[in-house]
Amino acid sequence: MLSYLVRRILQTVPIILAVAFLVFVMFSVIPGTFAASLSDDGRAIVDVTVVERMNKEFGLNDPLYVRFGKYVGQLAQFDLGMSFRTRQPVTKVLADRMWPTLQLSFAAMLFAIAIGVPLGFIAAMRSGSFVDTISMVVAVSGLSLPKFWLGLLLMYLFALVLGWLPSFGYGDGSLRYLILPSIALGVAPMALLARTTRAAVLDIMNADFVRTARAKGMSESRVVRWHLTRNALVLILTTVGLQFGTVIGQAVVVEKLFSWPGIGSLLVDSVTLRDIPVVQGAILAIVLFFLFVNTLVDVLCAVIDPRIKYT
Amino acid sequence: MLKKLALASAISALALSISGGAEAQTPRVGGTIRFTAPYGSSFANLDIHTSNRAQDEIYAKAIHRSLYNWDSEGNKPVLDLAKSVDISADGLVYTYKLRDDAFFHHGRKLNADDIIWTFTRLMDGAKAYPGARSVRLIKGAVEVEKGQAKTISGLKKIDDSTLAITFTEKAEPGYFFMNAITSIYPADEAVKESFLTKPIGLGPFKFVEYVPGSRIVAERFDKFYKPGKPYADKVVVLIMGEASARDVAFRNKEIDVSILGPAQYMAYKADPELSKGILEVAEVYTRLGGFNLNFKPFTDKRVRQAINHAIDSDLIIKRLSKDKAYRATGYLPLTSPAYDKSMKAFAYDPEKAKKLLAEAGYPDGFEFEWTATANESWGIQIVEAVIPMLEKVGIKAKIKPVEGTVLGEVVRKGDFQAFAWSLSSGPDPQQALKCFHSSTPVSACNYYGFKNAEVDKLLDEAGKADDPAKKIDSLKKVNAIVYDEAPMWFFNYNKAVMAYQPWIKGLQANATELAIQNYEDMWVEASSPAAK
Repeated sequence: MLSYLVRRILQTVPIILAVAFLVFVMFSVIPGTFAASLSDDGRAIVDVTVVERMNKEFGLNDPLYVRFGKYVGQLAQFDLGMSFRTRQPVTKVLADRMWPTLQLSFAAMLFAIAIGVPLGFIAAMRSGSFVDTISMVVAVSGLSLPKFWLGLLLMYLFALVLGWLPSFGYGDGSLRYLILPSIALGVAPMALLARTTRAAVLDIMNADFVRTARAKGMSESRVVRWHLTRNALVLILTTVGLQFGTVIGQAVVVEKLFSWPGIGSLLVDSVTLRDIPVVQGAILAIVLFFLFVNTLVDVLCAVIDPRIKYT
Repeated sequence: MLKKLALASAISALALSISGGAEAQTPRVGGTIRFTAPYGSSFANLDIHTSNRAQDEIYAKAIHRSLYNWDSEGNKPVLDLAKSVDISADGLVYTYKLRDDAFFHHGRKLNADDIIWTFTRLMDGAKAYPGARSVRLIKGAVEVEKGQAKTISGLKKIDDSTLAITFTEKAEPGYFFMNAITSIYPADEAVKESFLTKPIGLGPFKFVEYVPGSRIVAERFDKFYKPGKPYADKVVVLIMGEASARDVAFRNKEIDVSILGPAQYMAYKADPELSKGILEVAEVYTRLGGFNLNFKPFTDKRVRQAINHAIDSDLIIKRLSKDKAYRATGYLPLTSPAYDKSMKAFAYDPEKAKKLLAEAGYPDGFEFEWTATANESWGIQIVEAVIPMLEKVGIKAKIKPVEGTVLGEVVRKGDFQAFAWSLSSGPDPQQALKCFHSSTPVSACNYYGFKNAEVDKLLDEAGKADDPAKKIDSLKKVNAIVYDEAPMWFFNYNKAVMAYQPWIKGLQANATELAIQNYEDMWVEASSPAAK
């Protein structure tokens, strides 16, 4: 188990390096600098001297290979550099925004699992019925709805019409502020989970070992609990893991819409203003989180299904 | 008897209504102002010296103050941290008598050292503070910037509350020292690391909390130098970059103000309730299509004038800008002190445009590339509407789309044939028009590469003039020449629109940027959900 974990962690190193390299190269070749972004609202003329000094201060005048060398050197020391905009360490900038993103992502996944998995189970157990059709219509609709539009719809209904919830913001970080953005973010993974669960359960229901269990006189609840659920869980858990990573990436839209102070909205701002160290840091943080969740899922799958070995 | 009673009750009812009205205008103390910062999803940081963006100035106005402040009613900068100023005969030395009632939030009184320390900080050659551009007007500031001196020779402390500043040229210093990028910091506290997370200023509200990406909260500072102000207990500046979300929040009464775009402006104006709370101002931004005067067809004035005649700007303002703009009749905007009301916009006249093109040697037109961003008010959408109009006179324009961040870079390098932008054309007309002086490089703000001997002469005269009326007169002439020379397509001046709730009072029609308000002048009526 331990050696498996160590191997998985080591496997993430080349992935992180590749991502770091790609992000670095991408943001080094695209036009626009942080200094130039200071005048993009046309409000103030940015002094040429200031622009030159900023570029020098941030090391943007150095050749690409020098900058990449410095970046990798810093990365090796777990230093993500300084934000051009906030002039604070990137780690601090990210730390300030990490908790709201985690709150939002966990809440969205909780919503997705709580609704999607039972929906998929019910649909599979009553395959071909009216309930199955309705649940799959819900699932397909959930996958097709644009998050921005859905978010606006939720705001309109639950804040403006019904007055139940605040329409935007982080407030004190309490649940009432979390509900609408997490539903907007969680609907797509909920739909996917419902479809995946349905397909997995249907597949297992027709498997030989389920038929054998029933033929042996095992009660239906025991068949469902011991054979269907445990076997379906492996696929469901894998989907949950993959969706977790996707949700963090997709939080960008929802965070912007709901003025949620997470990594996603930080990333959008930083790309717009060419705050490259923060962009690099934020993308690395998202990739790391994705890798962590998927490693965790692999371990959990092996715990649930003894046939899976730590190889 | 009954008649007398009826008359008496009518009079008392009228008196009540009048007093009720008067009460409604009497500032109410207490409550929370829930303001919005609409230009992005975060603030840069809590060191306002590092950012010149309007988004950051919105919160800074609550916490910090500068030597001058913008008076929206008078439409000019006014002394803020000084009680009076004596100007030397040559107009270069300003001796300020600082306020003796201005205190920093940690309780210490403002003194001349704070101003000297702040301006010296801004000239730190190792840093790149945007405010350096203003401080450079002070004698000896450039030497500090270059590392040739440690102190700015033009700053002289006479005593704790008297400061003499020697400027390098005759200019109205108020325009240079009124923005948040020159906010005065407390010399003793600003050097500490904690200052960057808990800023201390001279503003009407004390910093309480910053949730990055979400909001800044500040509470009333009882020792603020304007007696009885601020009225509100608290200001919360909420970061809300998304216009549609802001719209829902405003309608849901969760925020007190919202900056409106063209589509929302139409909707709010059409709504009988929302239309009662709309504040409009002609901001000092000119939307334009700038021409590179080194690019062959644009070297000819007749070609540039032809383009101005070929475009039906009024139609675009009506249909695309939804009337959320004022037709430009020159570079200087309506709210500029040097705006000339007698100037007329280029008439939409395609025939005249064709004639001018033929005279210039382009009877069949020509092709050019128009660099534009996705901005809805002056970007690609507008250029797309212009293209068919130009085609009617034989000119083919091709859009070169770029990001907002890239536009500034491209334009400053002169790497364009034409560009679409919204540029600050005030509030100081002298500084705005200086961009057309031949000595101003393309990289500064003479993006067009404009050269005109008469303009140079008039600008130099305006710079030396002691008589304000004479100065304005020279600047009006410059504006007229620039208009006639047409280095750009004069599109419109921004009509900034703010929607406000019925309970919010004391908003100012700030022409420099409507979203920037002096919060101490605002108050919250009892009907606000945040009145307590």
